[in-house]
Amino acid sequence: MAEILIKNGFVIDPTRNIDGDVADIAIKDDRIAEQVGSGAKVIDARGKVVMAGGVDVHAHVAGPKVNVGRLMRPEDKLFKSPYAQESYRMESGFSIPSTFKTGYDYARMGYAFVMEAAMPPLHSPHVHEEIHDTPIIDQGALPVFANNWFVLEYLKNQEIENSASYVAWLLAATKGYGIKLVNPGGTAAWAWGLNCLTLNDTVPFFDITPAEIITGLMKTNEYLGLPHSIHIHQNSLGTPGNYGVTLDSLRLAEGMKAKNKFSRDTVMHSTHIQFHSYGGDSWGNFESKAREVMDYVNQQKNITVDLGCVTLDETTTMTADGPFEHHLTRLNHLKWANTDVELETAAGVVPYVYDKDIKVCGIQWAIGLELGLYAKDPMRTFITTDHPNAGPFIRYPRIIKWLMSRDAREETLASFKYSSKVIDATNLHAIETERNLYEIAQMTRAGPAKALGLSHMFGGLAPGMEANVVVYDLNYKDMPSDPEMIERAFSRARWFIKSGDIVVKDGDIASHGNKRTFWVNAKVKENPQVIRDIHEKFLKDYTVGLNNYPVWDSLAPNPYVINIDVEA
Amino acid sequence: MPKWITQVGCPYCGSSCDDIEVLVSDDGKKILETRNACVIGNEIFHHVSSPDRPKKPRMRQPDGNFKEITYDEAVDYTAKTLLKSKKPLIYGFGSTNCEGMSAVARVAEKAGAVLDNCASICHGPSFLAIFDNGYPSCTLGEVKNRADVVLFWGCNPMHAHPRHTSRYSIFPRGFFTTKGQMQRTIICIDPRETDTAKLANIHLMIKQGHDYDLFDAFRTVLRGHDIPAEVAGIKKDQILEAVEKIKKGRFVMIFFGMGCCHTDGRNHNVDIAISLTRDINSHTKASIMAMRGHYNIAGPGQVWSWQFGFPYCLDLSKGTHAHMNPGETSSVDLAMRDEVDCFMNVGTDAGAHFPIDAIKHLKKRPFITVDPNICMASEISDLHIPVRVVGVEEPGIVYRMDNVPIQFKKVVDGPEGVPSDEELFDRIYERMCELTETEPIWLPSREHAKAPTAAEQ
Ligand code: SF4
Ligand SMILES: [Zn+2]
Repeated sequence: MAEILIKNGFVIDPTRNIDGDVADIAIKDDRIAEQVGSGAKVIDARGKVVMAGGVDVHAHVAGPKVNVGRLMRPEDKLFKSPYAQESYRMESGFSIPSTFKTGYDYARMGYAFVMEAAMPPLHSPHVHEEIHDTPIIDQGALPVFANNWFVLEYLKNQEIENSASYVAWLLAATKGYGIKLVNPGGTAAWAWGLNCLTLNDTVPFFDITPAEIITGLMKTNEYLGLPHSIHIHQNSLGTPGNYGVTLDSLRLAEGMKAKNKFSRDTVMHSTHIQFHSYGGDSWGNFESKAREVMDYVNQQKNITVDLGCVTLDETTTMTADGPFEHHLTRLNHLKWANTDVELETAAGVVPYVYDKDIKVCGIQWAIGLELGLYAKDPMRTFITTDHPNAGPFIRYPRIIKWLMSRDAREETLASFKYSSKVIDATNLHAIETERNLYEIAQMTRAGPAKALGLSHMFGGLAPGMEANVVVYDLNYKDMPSDPEMIERAFSRARWFIKSGDIVVKDGDIASHGNKRTFWVNAKVKENPQVIRDIHEKFLKDYTVGLNNYPVWDSLAPNPYVINIDVEA
Repeated sequence: MPKWITQVGCPYCGSSCDDIEVLVSDDGKKILETRNACVIGNEIFHHVSSPDRPKKPRMRQPDGNFKEITYDEAVDYTAKTLLKSKKPLIYGFGSTNCEGMSAVARVAEKAGAVLDNCASICHGPSFLAIFDNGYPSCTLGEVKNRADVVLFWGCNPMHAHPRHTSRYSIFPRGFFTTKGQMQRTIICIDPRETDTAKLANIHLMIKQGHDYDLFDAFRTVLRGHDIPAEVAGIKKDQILEAVEKIKKGRFVMIFFGMGCCHTDGRNHNVDIAISLTRDINSHTKASIMAMRGHYNIAGPGQVWSWQFGFPYCLDLSKGTHAHMNPGETSSVDLAMRDEVDCFMNVGTDAGAHFPIDAIKHLKKRPFITVDPNICMASEISDLHIPVRVVGVEEPGIVYRMDNVPIQFKKVVDGPEGVPSDEELFDRIYERMCELTETEPIWLPSREHAKAPTAAEQ
């Protein structure tokens, strides 16, 4: 590492309201610097766009369910990597790429940080083994909490302090980053083959409702002052008419205040909102409710969302929403993997083909884009595909293309077998909005970094921030008339400097960089009751010893630990 | 003072018990006593201290005898042999840690080898079924805490996985199964009256080789249709009774073993077992699990799936991408067709498990064994490289039969100078890079990060 000067690019940095100014970006070691010496390596970015490295707030890239997807889908390996390079590790897979390909593909797109969206705590050593084997990108992982026995019991008794002590313990034990909720209560019900489809369904045995779990964990999160807000995959995912439940859950954030030292001002991140913006009451009259959902998100300033855009690919769905995957396998009759995890969670995996000639898939595709176009605050609306659920992450550049070009959207829409039916059930056809590069930078960098409480490191190019800088082959002043060029430019960065290392040059991997694992260590005052409960549950109910549960330091050999002292 | 170390993992069967207590001598070198382990597990711990254990690589000489050589020589020989070979086969990994499996993958990629594990001759058919039909499963704690109907199909844990029944599947009192065995209906499907069958409430003594028929009958009844008076040697009444128990169960668990996947029908038996599990889920909750044999035989399926996308039978010889086609790229088939020009047996005993004709072909060309102990394979090898014993002398991640990762401790120091699998394979890899004048591909963030010792924890 040394000094690098990226000269004369069109800089786009929403954190400093810079939109296309021609400027130089200086890098000294792993940080952006005010200036560098004359010996610095010079990269000529003239006529090209310069942005901070991308930040992915939600993707399933490491851990047991991703891996069962890889294992049970040899056919996914028939798609060969077009970019594989000889002097690097072999690359495999399309919708569920190998760990090596995952790291390389994100780097080629100029992404610096990726959050693994759901870590089953019992399997956290596995998650970290995979993160370890994913080169270049920085990563964190969110343990799932909303169906965990400890949490359900504490919250049933409204014991926020105990809930917080347990969460702090588990984050440290699993080297986790924040609080993930997946189908609150519903997955716990699934252990008996049941589900919670509304916010007021009672979780069997635990006698608590999804609404109470969501509110309780939101309070727990702010009690601890974690960098990220709670991160929720809501109840009733993927069912026609679910937008009502979605709005009900979002409303739970009303009146909640963010309390933290990470300049995060939101209290809830609602993920893959596309899957939760459905109208109608059957697949027959299925329709978009993107407008209704986004209208609410626009005015409710303390929540963030990510899109979960459908990309019209053959992919692999996977989620800790166990009952949903069971529902899905009964719809499409494809193979189904499930793993119920003792005391904690569950997960399911089912392949899925988003066929552009199926009406429902076309409507789902439109809903994702409508949400991205209706958003009034791109700093609170992030581009994702809920990888690999709505499509693989390598399609982000395609989504950017669709958001930036109405022509591109219309072309895709026109190619559908049932395009007029899709048009009837959605609003996309009428939307003229085209996102600009500044907004794209907000939706893929500055916004997610802020929501994760990492705005001091990621998402911008101010001196002192991490030296994650990407140069794309796009001329800000003369954007290509062919939208395909946009997709191409975002697919393979011309240059990508990650923490000061040149990791991509001309779209090819140039180095394994220096990846880190981010996790949060919240120090709370000792809580004898919680410690006793932990010991007892491990003695009686778990099948793994307490001593063997916390993830070894050696599994995250390059950690970035965020320490928090929680005042009592 | 000798010291008790608790919550130690047992490196033997797929139960991967992690509650063993081990008494270690003052100097931290010898195991004096163990608690909680079953007979086999206990034996494993004590065997480590055996004076007969080889502590140096042994190379076959022209006169047929072994001669001790240095590790450097062994590494050099292995690296050169792998590089010279067109289709080396690296096989085994029933008994080592994931760190070793990860390190060997780098060697195999460099060598353009076929990489395979014991599943190839054990639960390989189960993988084929999973590729077709998925795998609705759960962790063993779910079985302990919830299962009230447990089927053992073609498996005999009382012998093969001695503590499985007491820790997970029959006897334990769990959160919702407070009455333990009393609360569970055990159904055993086995042509023999095994010790597991003796424990069962219902033993269906199936006609050997007719598993598919019986699964089919279960599904037929479950879907409300009639079946013949007898299926697979079992009377209709008995089948109806078993299905009734299943329907009434709150959590039904199906464990299947080699008796299911290695009898007539093979992968089709597992396929229909999975379909049965899917069907039961329309009535109540059900899960299925393969009784994996060794404590970390699930490990290579995990590590290689995340590294290459396939759990076994990985042909890396194409250089650009991994390829898997069991039957074509599976160890025994490759050996039978005499396509292998260098064979590495790692952490298993191919000498004891492969058909004799396969071994005869493999023996024609370099045959290398990497294993802590003397076994049939080591004794017919051209080179035997001893390594430390995982779970006793070397820590590491192992995947239990339910794919739960367990961090196994180290309890005593290994013999001086003897490397771990991981260290050995990294040295072989580095030597291969030297010989080919290429840059090694390390992911920079470790590589030799060491797991903590039991004392440090
Ligand atoms: S049951 Fe298996 S893992 Fe447990 S002690 Fe016995 S041999 Fe070891
Ligand atoms: Zn997700």
